[in-house]
Amino acid sequence: MSVDLAQVKKIATLARIAVSDRQAEALVPELNNILHWVEQLNEVDTEGVAPLEAVVPNRTRLREDAVTDGGIRDAVLANAPAAEHGFFAVPKVIE
Amino acid sequence: MANYIIEGDTGPWELVIGLEVHAQVTSNAKLFSGAATSFGAEPNAQVSLVDAAMPGMLPVVNGECVKQAVRTGLALGAEIHRWSRFDRKNYFYADLPQGYQISQLYHPIVGEGALEVQADEKNPDSAVRSIGIERIHLEQDAGKLIHDQHPTMSYVDLNRSGVALMEIVSKPDMRSPEEAGAYVKKLRSILRYVGSCDGNMEEGSMRADVNVSVRKANAPFGTRCEIKNVNSVRFIQAAIEYEARRQIEVLEGGGAIVQETRLFDPDRGETRSLRSKEDAHDYRYFPDPDLLPIELSDEFLSECRDSLPELPDAKRARYAGLGVSAYNAAVLTAEVETARYFDAALDALARPELANDAANWVVAELFGALNRIGANVEASPVAPAQAASLLRLVADGTLSKTLAKQVAEVMFETGGDPEKIVEERGLRQTSDTGAIEAVIAQVLAANETKVAEYRGGKDKLFGFFVGQTMKAMAGKGNPAVVNELLKKALG
Repeated sequence: MSVDLAQVKKIATLARIAVSDRQAEALVPELNNILHWVEQLNEVDTEGVAPLEAVVPNRTRLREDAVTDGGIRDAVLANAPAAEHGFFAVPKVIE
Repeated sequence: MANYIIEGDTGPWELVIGLEVHAQVTSNAKLFSGAATSFGAEPNAQVSLVDAAMPGMLPVVNGECVKQAVRTGLALGAEIHRWSRFDRKNYFYADLPQGYQISQLYHPIVGEGALEVQADEKNPDSAVRSIGIERIHLEQDAGKLIHDQHPTMSYVDLNRSGVALMEIVSKPDMRSPEEAGAYVKKLRSILRYVGSCDGNMEEGSMRADVNVSVRKANAPFGTRCEIKNVNSVRFIQAAIEYEARRQIEVLEGGGAIVQETRLFDPDRGETRSLRSKEDAHDYRYFPDPDLLPIELSDEFLSECRDSLPELPDAKRARYAGLGVSAYNAAVLTAEVETARYFDAALDALARPELANDAANWVVAELFGALNRIGANVEASPVAPAQAASLLRLVADGTLSKTLAKQVAEVMFETGGDPEKIVEERGLRQTSDTGAIEAVIAQVLAANETKVAEYRGGKDKLFGFFVGQTMKAMAGKGNPAVVNELLKKALG
């Protein structure tokens, strides 16, 4: 598996990361190196081996259905670039 | 209803419809945080740092939401997956602080099931169709955007962010708008019986993404369009109808359907394209590394199973077995509150042979009275046990049907017990033959001409004598006894 320049640019757009053309060109071999390195794992025969879901055998613990949080609007909004009337305020988004 | 077709210029077209219903899970706290879920709170008052996606916050699954999804799956006869897992669906939008929605793409908690749907449950001859359920998965709701409060800004309220949703995905098994409507109504009814969703479509607790395509008879499926976020049964039907006609027009005009997301505009009754960027649907799902898989134990599953109530179809069958008409059974079971009232009245009555009388009374008298005072059945001034007492008074002959109506009126006004009202107002029906005969004698004496006419063959006058006798007795004469004695006196 490998990526080309167009794919790198698309991934950057999907991740909302601004990447210049020069940076994108440099990222192509960098990402491909990583992909090739990971791909070596495909050489191992895993026929009949169940996927490892977690490194430590553990089961998810379920929480009680109780209200234990919330009511902290000021803390929630504290780092917002803009907040008005108790809302986050963001540049208008309408489709 | 299976034969719904739209006649186009090139011949008949068939509709293929599938629904993804998003149902808000009834729980106190959110799916992955301890913030409250109640509707109508101040903006951002029910938001934890997890819901706001602050760095370092970790989600912890709410067991009740898992239980509700499993109970819903069991109620739909669906396969429960003992092992399920959460995935991240990645996209950027201002109402999604994490930058991804935690959902279940690869291993949903509930697999295939089915829902039996009847276009008109009140009509026993209406055809029953089985609509396949593809899967149910758990996911987080997003926040809410408000666009009209500021000229250049959108406001974001994260109270809904992280609230648990069940996405109930049907198979593309529906063939008409009515069938889709019946499916949503039935699903809503079952969710409300189970108690896993309040089914309140106005508040957005239930909304549907509607997939529609058209095809010629026996042709393979056509390209579909998805109409997002439709929030009433009526709108779902209208959207399907409009969208099918639009697609037929495009196809018959020589065009092709582009698979896309559309919005339904209820004011104009039409759907329009949501022109999103072409890679908007590249969600790059992957397993959420913050969450371990969910494994369901035998105890958990039996707890879910044991907590299921009797469901509408089973209830309908039970009522029918008690002699309740198909119409009444459908009306009584459609809403869980009504069924609860009727069951309580039946229990208090403890006379199964009177079930259909009780059904008639609830459907005609109770609903009529509740309509007049604008109350729902839960706020009925007449409790189920009081209704049962009234029905018993009719059954044992203490009250005629006419007197029972009078007593019921007083009950609705005062909330009083029927026995007491009967005593206080002297509304007891009389079967005392001596007293009735005395009144009959008076009536006949006062209407000698009519008596002669009746005896001369004018049989229809019998009703007149009954009426006069009942009137003279203020409605308290036992109709059967009055009839019998009148016949004898006139004979």
